[in-house]
This record gives sequence, C-alpha cells and structure tokens, in this order.
Amino acid sequence: MQILLPLLVGAMVAVSIYLMLCRDLIRFILGLVLASNAVNLLILAAGRAVVLPPPLIDAGQRVPGQVVANALPQALILTAIVIGFALLAFVFVLFYRAYQALGTVDTEAMRAAEAESLEGNGEGGP
Amino acid sequence: MSHLAAMVVTLPLAFAVAGMGLRSSPRAAHLLALAGGGLHLALALRLLEGVLAGGIQVVQMGGWPAPFGISLVADPLGALMVVIAALIGLAAMAYGRHDIHPDQVGHGFYPLLHILLAAICGAFLTGDLFNLYVWFEVMLMTSFGLLVLAQHRGQLDAGVKYVVINLVATLLFLTALGLVYGMTGTLNMADLHLKLARVDNPALRTAVLMLFVAAFGIKAAVFPLYFWLPAAYPSLAPSVAAVFAGLLTKVGVYALMRITTLVFAADAATIQPVLLTLAVLTMASGVLGAAAHRDVRRILAFHIISQVGYMVLGLALLTPLALAGTVFYLVHHIVVKANLFLVGGLMHQAGGAFDLTRLGGLYRRRPLLAALFFIPAFSLAGFPPLSGFWAKMILIRAGIEADAVAAVAAAVVVGLLTVYSMTKIWAEAFWQEPPAGPAAEAAVEPGSPLWRVVPVAVLAILTVAIGLGAEPVYRVAAAAAEALLRPEAYVAAVLKGGAG
Repeated sequence: MQILLPLLVGAMVAVSIYLMLCRDLIRFILGLVLASNAVNLLILAAGRAVVLPPPLIDAGQRVPGQVVANALPQALILTAIVIGFALLAFVFVLFYRAYQALGTVDTEAMRAAEAESLEGNGEGGP
Repeated sequence: MSHLAAMVVTLPLAFAVAGMGLRSSPRAAHLLALAGGGLHLALALRLLEGVLAGGIQVVQMGGWPAPFGISLVADPLGALMVVIAALIGLAAMAYGRHDIHPDQVGHGFYPLLHILLAAICGAFLTGDLFNLYVWFEVMLMTSFGLLVLAQHRGQLDAGVKYVVINLVATLLFLTALGLVYGMTGTLNMADLHLKLARVDNPALRTAVLMLFVAAFGIKAAVFPLYFWLPAAYPSLAPSVAAVFAGLLTKVGVYALMRITTLVFAADAATIQPVLLTLAVLTMASGVLGAAAHRDVRRILAFHIISQVGYMVLGLALLTPLALAGTVFYLVHHIVVKANLFLVGGLMHQAGGAFDLTRLGGLYRRRPLLAALFFIPAFSLAGFPPLSGFWAKMILIRAGIEADAVAAVAAAVVVGLLTVYSMTKIWAEAFWQEPPAGPAAEAAVEPGSPLWRVVPVAVLAILTVAIGLGAEPVYRVAAAAAEALLRPEAYVAAVLKGGAG
C-alpha cells in the first residue's frame, strides 16, 4: 500500500493535469475531479496507510493499550470530499450557464470578459 | 479572556441567516445588513482594542486544548485585518442600496456578503491550517455566488476563469496541507512552528513551502499568477468589486505572511530571494498593464496587482520596519482601493461609462465627485500627506536599510507610473471636455446618491486621517510586525492558552 498509493496519486495527477490543460471545459471538469481525488489519496498516504486496529479505548482506560490507527486523515479527507462535492456541483451549473450564455465550452472562444468585447457594462443581464 | 474572536466570525453568519428571511424586501434587507455590518465593526474594534491592550487572545473551539482542537487566535495583525474587513463590508453594504438590483437582493446579495465577511474574518483569525483551508473554501463559494449574481455574459465568462484558477489554487493548498501533515502529524500553526523546524528533510520542506507560496500567490494575484484578476474584477458591480478588490487578494497576502513568518519561520531565509523577485515583477507588470488600458475599472484592477507587489516586497525584506510597512500598506491599500472601485461606480453614474474615451467634464459638473476621486487616487499614487505616501516611504526606507537597491528602484519607478495612471483618469474623466453625442447625457441615472456618496466620503476622510495621523496607525502596524517576527509569544499563547 505504501508504495502503491503514491504511484497511483502520481498517475492520477498526471492524467488530471493533461485534462485540465485542455481548452474544453468538460475535460477540465473531469481533470478537476481526478485531481481532487488524487489529493485526497495523497492525504491518506501522508497519514500512513497501514493496517492497525481501530482507535477504540477499552472501558475504564484513558489511553489506548496498543498502537491504533490514526483517524484524523480520514476526517480531513471527508471534509475535503464534502467541500469538493459542493464546489463541483456549483462548477457544473456555472459552466452550463456559461455555455447557455456564450454558446461555447472552448476557453479560447470565451472572451466576453476581456477588454475588447466588454461594452460599458454594469447593466444587469436577463 | 473573551469570546470576541469567535463572535466576529459567528455574528455575520447569524445575520446571513436572518437576512435570508428578508430577501423579498430590499429595503428591510438593506437595513438589517447595515445593522449587522455596524455591529460587526463595533465588535471588531473592541477585539482590536483588547488585543492591543492585553496581548494575544486565544479561543479554543469546543474546549479542546490547543494542538488537538481548532484555535482562533487574535494577534495584532489578525485583529487589525478584521477591523478593516468589517469596515469595508459595512461600506459595501451601505453602497449596495442603489447599486444592487432588487432581483439580486432577492437572490441573496446581503446574506452572501455576510458569509463572505465571516469567512474572511475566520481566515484572519484561525490558528489551524486545515481550518484556514475551510475558510478559503467558504470564501470561494460565496465569492463565486457574488461574482455571477447579475448573470450577464461578461460575468459568466469572468466567473468561469475565476473559478477555474481558484480551484487549482485550492488543490495546491490541500496538497501542501497533506504533505505538512505527513511530515509533522499536526496542523495547528503554532504547533507546526515548533515541529516543522525539527523535520530533517530540507528539500521536502522547501517543496511544500513553494506549494503554499504558489497556492497563496494565486489568491494574492502575484506575478505570474495574476491573469485571472483583470478579467474577473471589472465585470462586477462596484459594491462587490470594492469588497473583492479590497479584501480577497489581501487574504492571500495575509496567508503568505503567516506561512513565512509563523509556520515555516525556519525556512524564511530560503524563500526571501524568491519573494523579492516576485515582488518586483508583480509591481512592474501590474503598473504596466494599467498603463495600457483605458477602462477605469481595468486600470484599477491592474493597480491591485502592482500594490500587492509592494506588500510582498515588505514581506520579502523581513525586517521589523519592512513588515510594519507591509501592514501599514495593507491598511492603506484596502481602504483606498475599495474606495476607488466605489468612486468608479459614482463616475459611471455621473458620466454613463467606465471607458475613459467616453467620460469627460466631470470636474465641472461634479466638483464633489472630483474631490472624492482625488483623495483615494492620489493617495494610491503616494502623494504626501495622504496615507499612500507613508506606506511607500516606510517600505522604501526599509529597502534602503536592507540594501535591496534594485527593489527600491523598482518601487520608486512603479510609484511614478502609478501617478501616470491616476493622472490619466483625472485628466480624461475630469478635466477634458466630454465627448460630443447624446450618450453621456442619457445615461446619467436619477435617484438619491446619498447611499453611495456617504460610504465613499467616509472612506476618503479615513484616508486623509490615516495620512495626517500616521503615527498611531504606524504604532499598531509596528506592534503587528513585531508580533510576526517573534512568533514565540503567539506559540505560547496558543499552546498554553487554555480555554479562556
């Protein structure tokens, strides 16, 4: 596990960077999903992914009697997954709305906010 | 010994919840938001007063002692930033009365702004790296919401760019966080200060530090990671732009300061030359970008970048004077830059455009507006006795004392070019005759501008006050810098502070 996980993380990051460098927003999202999962695995690996008994303390004692698994990395990952999920939901809606308004998902063609085509705005849209 | 540090974070959240119920009535929503903003500012001022008088305040969340639970820490820098954040939030809320369309109030403008303020204050006060990540995420989510509130084409396009680059920054941050945890087994910033110094792997430490610098550099719009900013900010309504321009990039600068002076204090010397180079390039590229543009908001957006360069310069020099200069610059810049975006909104209201080629004659038609633009603009450019002059002078003097000749030269030249940009706006929008044609006349909006003028005037008066009474502000900045350079007090307060 200790060797497998870093290799997996490396492969996932490589693929996600390739996807995120695409001009296509859909591919960017897929790359983003991969990258955030890779980072979550990285946290798991950083917390030492080894098989240990669960962190439960026997009745009547104040400290565990043996070396137990560290639950904190999983708590961190859980938080990151929840936040990542919410962000992803927003990103999907935003990209869809942008596609509706701009008619493209090609980032090279998305120039509405750039200097040339920004017509004295401030007026609200529909 | 109080829970003020927690209250300045929870109060805006409470008002956000209350504000959700009043969205259908813009008037009531505005008044409720103002009450929340005012109360927030009062609490923040009390917190700063307490910190300056009685030292660092620590609140351990949930009663868990320090390295295990989440600590909120109010040191002079954190408390000062909370006060400024609350002030800008209040100004933006007041300005929003006629600036934000009732539909957008219905979509939750004020609650979003309150949550954004809570997240910014949380980021300024947290003593835990993972908690900082969470506040960054809350900040991102609400800023995404505010960014695309009007949903016109430009905003959606700007939103996509802003979201994409910020998500990448977030992932870098999270990666660095995971690696730090793997090295030390802790995420408490005070605890990390002690434990990271003992990690016997300088290469890994430097790599992780660079990951943090890249992540916060994107947030702070440091060269070469700033390209999202000039695309995103000009598409915003002035009141939202003021909060973004004043506060969001500065949270990045603040996080950079914490990471170099506290968490990675042992590696600060490694990073100094990198930061110095970045600072000079950021200053120069920002100001040159501004020189090339003719849209008021784009010019202002590029100046954010060049100003961030000055702040990073102080951080790179890392002497007591230079850090005090950075803190002073933060205070000055947030007030002035937020105000300039608000004034930009007034210029649009009076002249019907943001484009300099279509503006003109404002000096004769709106003398008060001219005065209100003049103060923040020439404070930004560094005219004595306004606040920007002192901020620049402290930094340049710190640079001379540290023998950073090239950086000082760059700071002076960039200062001159800033004068050029501000003079350009002044000459073309205020002095020049207005361009012929019906457009300018038709676009002048009716309605009482009092809600817009008052916040602008208050911030302008504050700019003059900071300039004339630079001494007390400098003393607070120097106290904050001293606390940054001596993290021992911070560490001791967090790790031994108990639940009080």
